[in-house]
Amino acid sequence: MKMVEAIVKPFKLEEIKEALSKSGVQGMTVEEVKGFGRQKGHTELYRGAEYSVDFLPKVRIQILTPDDKAARIVELISESARTGKIGDGKIFVTPIDEVIRIRTGEKGEDAI
Amino acid sequence: MDLIKNLKVWFSIAALSAICFSAGWSFAQEPAVSPEPPKLEAPAATPAQFTSEHVEQIAGAKVALDTVWVLIAGMLVFFMSLGFATVESGLCRAKNTVTILAKNFIVFSVASIAFLVLGWGLMFGDGNPFFGTQGLWFVGGADNSPATAEVYKGVYSSINWTGVPLWTKFFFQLVFAATAATIVSGAVAERIKFSAFYIFSFMMVLLIYPVVGHWIWGGGWLANLGMFDFAGSTVVHSTGGWAALTGALILGPRIGKYSKDGKAHPLPGHSIALATIGVFILWFGWFGFNPGSVMAADAGAIGRIAVATNTAAAAAAISASVTAWLLLGKPDLTMILNGSLAGLVAITAPCAFVSIPSSLVIGLLAGVLVVLAVLFFDKIKIDDPVGAISVHLVCGIFGTLAVGLFAQDQFTPDTTGDGLFFGGGAGLFLSQLAGVLGVGVFVFLSSIVFWKILDAIIGVRVSAEEEIEGLDINEHGNVAYPDFVTVTTRGSTLSGAVSGAAGQVPAAVRAGEFSKEAV
Repeated sequence: MKMVEAIVKPFKLEEIKEALSKSGVQGMTVEEVKGFGRQKGHTELYRGAEYSVDFLPKVRIQILTPDDKAARIVELISESARTGKIGDGKIFVTPIDEVIRIRTGEKGEDAI
Repeated sequence: MDLIKNLKVWFSIAALSAICFSAGWSFAQEPAVSPEPPKLEAPAATPAQFTSEHVEQIAGAKVALDTVWVLIAGMLVFFMSLGFATVESGLCRAKNTVTILAKNFIVFSVASIAFLVLGWGLMFGDGNPFFGTQGLWFVGGADNSPATAEVYKGVYSSINWTGVPLWTKFFFQLVFAATAATIVSGAVAERIKFSAFYIFSFMMVLLIYPVVGHWIWGGGWLANLGMFDFAGSTVVHSTGGWAALTGALILGPRIGKYSKDGKAHPLPGHSIALATIGVFILWFGWFGFNPGSVMAADAGAIGRIAVATNTAAAAAAISASVTAWLLLGKPDLTMILNGSLAGLVAITAPCAFVSIPSSLVIGLLAGVLVVLAVLFFDKIKIDDPVGAISVHLVCGIFGTLAVGLFAQDQFTPDTTGDGLFFGGGAGLFLSQLAGVLGVGVFVFLSSIVFWKILDAIIGVRVSAEEEIEGLDINEHGNVAYPDFVTVTTRGSTLSGAVSGAAGQVPAAVRAGEFSKEAV
């Protein structure tokens, strides 16, 4: 089993969710985060005092998937999240040791 | 890009100059004098039917009308307390919202009692040139208001010129006292102990404010010197401003505000929407503050004063926006908001004595002044989270002096005479200056004494840990926004306002200086 984690631009979330739902993904976890990559930030003034704006709002999506479906999910997310401009984000794929469904106690791929 | 920026600069300068020029040109004209109201003559055919009873009824109707106006104006000024509460909490961080609201709320209650107990008597009671000595306690002195002038018999003669009953006079003056006290809460925000502010406010409305008020409105030495302050640029705003300044000095800056090399770090307000609501409410309330100070339903005066008030506010908002745009690159809304308040404070003293074009110029100047003042106080490391000192002290002084420059005798005859710009010479300006200096010395010294005493007995500043965690939870046990994560515990990352947009975690905090555990 794999955890596919994607950091994407917030306004792309709906599009990504639609694409994943259509391909059979049944659940995901989403949180609001902030971050930056290689792009530079910029400085602003608040009442004359300087501050740097480095962090930009992003959304992190986490999806659990059987090994054989991971590549397809990565591809779907990439296509729907891409704008071609700086800050589109990144996707990480990590192996998962165990998954348990709390309500029923199911484990492994049955719990996905 | 440079060319466009230059065009913006030139256009702004041209626009400002055009406004100033046309305002100045209006001075050169004979200002329009409102026509005499039509003289009413009793019909010659029925003299026998016009009895003294009729006279009494008409007089009673005038008193009633005056009273209704003064009370409504007073209620508008009461409402300004809400404006102060929202603008201050909006411009400060979420973790201190409750304490700022609490300060602004309790100060009105404290002022209500303090002014009732002794403040009114010290301010308006007959006495010596420095404070009242008669009718001191609970507004209990002899008084036959609404009788005025020679017919008045009582111990509050300094305010016998207005023909409204005593409690109406008291109510109206009370809301002004409360306004002076609530000004202080902005400059001391985010690090003052609630208890210290609570007690200081009581002393301020009990003693400091009434003494100043006695000097200028209570028939004291400044009034005798020919100093004029129509609605309180000095009595209310500078008094509050000086006390705010000493508070900020005694407390010192907030943690993380200034670095050792003198750089100022922003600690952005958590709700510019709340701040904007606050300033609109203050602007609204000022229509009671200034026109209400006529303390009569004087049709000729109150509309003109309302327009002077509005013109100054609007002009100041505009000049502040342009100044911020030019100096800082973008029109910072918090500066524009401060700008309109600056205009309002600056016109408060002159509003009854100056022409409408003069009020426009006063506003334009105040808007520029306040932006420069905000930047100045940061340069000398006096931390004023909401710009209270820049708005109320600096522009309060400016407005007071502006009387000496812009006053014209025709607007309120036989009071100020003409100011320096209208051929009256420097006499009025010097009286105004005496007022600024006398009040400055007194309020600065007396408020420092009170702060020092409070600091020695209960301490005025919260501890560093409390300040970083937020005063809401530490001083009050409340959280303003429990559904949102703003409460930070020691050992976790700092709340968003510091580590987010500000980007800089103060070095001392990073080094764990302020808490036993690493932050």
